[in-house]
Amino acid sequence: MNGINPEIERPHIPWPSHEPSGRPTLWTYCLLSGLLFLFAWSYQGSEIHLTQLFSREGGGQIVAYIKKLFPPDLSPDVLKEAFRGAIETFAISFMGTLLAVVIALSVVFFASRNLIYSGLLYEMEPKEGWRRAVRLIPYLSTKSLLNLLRTIPEMVWALIFVFLVGLGPFPGVLALGVHTGGVLGKLFGEVLEDVDQQPIESLQATGANRLQILFYAILPQVLPQFISYTLYRWEVNIRVAAVLGFVGAGGLGQRIHIAISLFFENQLLTLIIAIYILVTLVDYLSAYLRRKAT
Amino acid sequence: MRSPSLSSISRSEKSLFPCLFSLLFLVAFLDSWWRAGVRPFAFFEKEGRDHLWKFLTGMFPPDLSWNFLSLMFYPALETIQISIMGTFIAVIVGFPLGILGTRTFSVGGVLNEAEVAGSLSRLALRWSSYTMARGILSLFRSIPEFVWAFMFVRAVGLGAFSGVLAIGVAYGGMLGKVYSEIFEGVNLRPLEALQSTGANRLQIFFYGWMPQALPNFVSYTLYRWECAVRASAILGLVGAGGLGTQIEISMRMFNFSEVLTILLILFLMVAAVDYISAKVRAIL
Repeated sequence: MNGINPEIERPHIPWPSHEPSGRPTLWTYCLLSGLLFLFAWSYQGSEIHLTQLFSREGGGQIVAYIKKLFPPDLSPDVLKEAFRGAIETFAISFMGTLLAVVIALSVVFFASRNLIYSGLLYEMEPKEGWRRAVRLIPYLSTKSLLNLLRTIPEMVWALIFVFLVGLGPFPGVLALGVHTGGVLGKLFGEVLEDVDQQPIESLQATGANRLQILFYAILPQVLPQFISYTLYRWEVNIRVAAVLGFVGAGGLGQRIHIAISLFFENQLLTLIIAIYILVTLVDYLSAYLRRKAT
Repeated sequence: MRSPSLSSISRSEKSLFPCLFSLLFLVAFLDSWWRAGVRPFAFFEKEGRDHLWKFLTGMFPPDLSWNFLSLMFYPALETIQISIMGTFIAVIVGFPLGILGTRTFSVGGVLNEAEVAGSLSRLALRWSSYTMARGILSLFRSIPEFVWAFMFVRAVGLGAFSGVLAIGVAYGGMLGKVYSEIFEGVNLRPLEALQSTGANRLQIFFYGWMPQALPNFVSYTLYRWECAVRASAILGLVGAGGLGTQIEISMRMFNFSEVLTILLILFLMVAAVDYISAKVRAIL
């Protein structure tokens, strides 16, 4: 959900461009006015009170809240609890990401078109309609399964799993694993669909079977990207794992929920600092591992 | 290219790294398994099976009665509105901080060479503003939007406004970081050319940086908007408006058919937003 998206690649921007940029067409004006309308509609609908926010009263409320946060409660009990929460959050994100990799890897080969029904590997097959249709079934069903897993947000999954397996960190692991499994399945599938075809073709020409082609031509090409995407999702997951506790799925979130609900603002600040440290550490660790792996 | 002597050293390092890594991985795995209370057979035990069955049978058919749908109409719209305003505030927060957090803009590079040279105090001032912007951005984005939302609910009260602020602050941190990365990636030669013609800083900014950075800006901001729709749909779990409030109510009341309806609405909304944002991106 959050973090930096590696999917977006920077397009090459030609510079300097001497072409005239063209006059704004009617379409541009329509788009612009549509955007303005959306904006006004949202402004009106989302109960924004900017004047109130910057007024003495509203601003004072926020300042008063911030003042209550300080100083952070650094008593040994709270620190110990924060530390345990941080370790638990780490554990949830770690197991969740591993589960996601397992889910993604077990279905992804069915979800990439070039491995399951078209392209080089299947050129020689007879082009009968029903054969193709049979191959399409696993492809479409995995694609829609991945879509389903991905569309439902982690928090909702967590709510569902809390009902299914009870309170505690385990439903958090399942929620992260299932949602991230959908995301990684999609990302891995995209990587698999743009592998270089030449090694596949040359292996096929030597008479390698499909499994051998998978292991010697496809996996070596995609593995670095798989690892890099997994690490990226892990960075995202550590942030999510820190809040899953809001719906009863353990970790730091549970403690934060308690601290906020009981107005223990000083403890809240300690826990927020713990999140900050944990997230930063994981970011560094993941960057280090990515450098090592690729 | 490495010299031969270097490569022999790095080979000895390499042989150590996988060992250490697998050991650490194993320890982390076992410890996490234990701490997270993983029960691989949870769904095969009687209780888990019963709950799963109850959930699945409870979900179908989805509650499509007019009564419930009309009740959901306003929260669904509110979710979209929160996401739009939240992204807007995120841009307002992220853009200036992102500029300050760009090294080539605020500290070094061709633009500042002449000014910074020989003046230690100026350099220190610039470094401090740069570090401060970076620090604020990392603080904003490290605290999850959920925690922000909960704190804003406490500070400004229940409702959509706290959701807007939460998304604005948390996503502002992310946008700011990405903006500064985009700024750092621009080609510096046009800037230098502009500077040598005597353009001032503002002119350099508008004619040198922006034309190069704008397409990436818009595309990343749209991507963040897509994320914001998903986020604002669940921020309601802590009382910040939108669909989330209703998901939690239905879930707590064990009304699984309503849960399925809300998830369907969410699915349609996310798909529509993805479609719109892809269209806008294609036009640009």
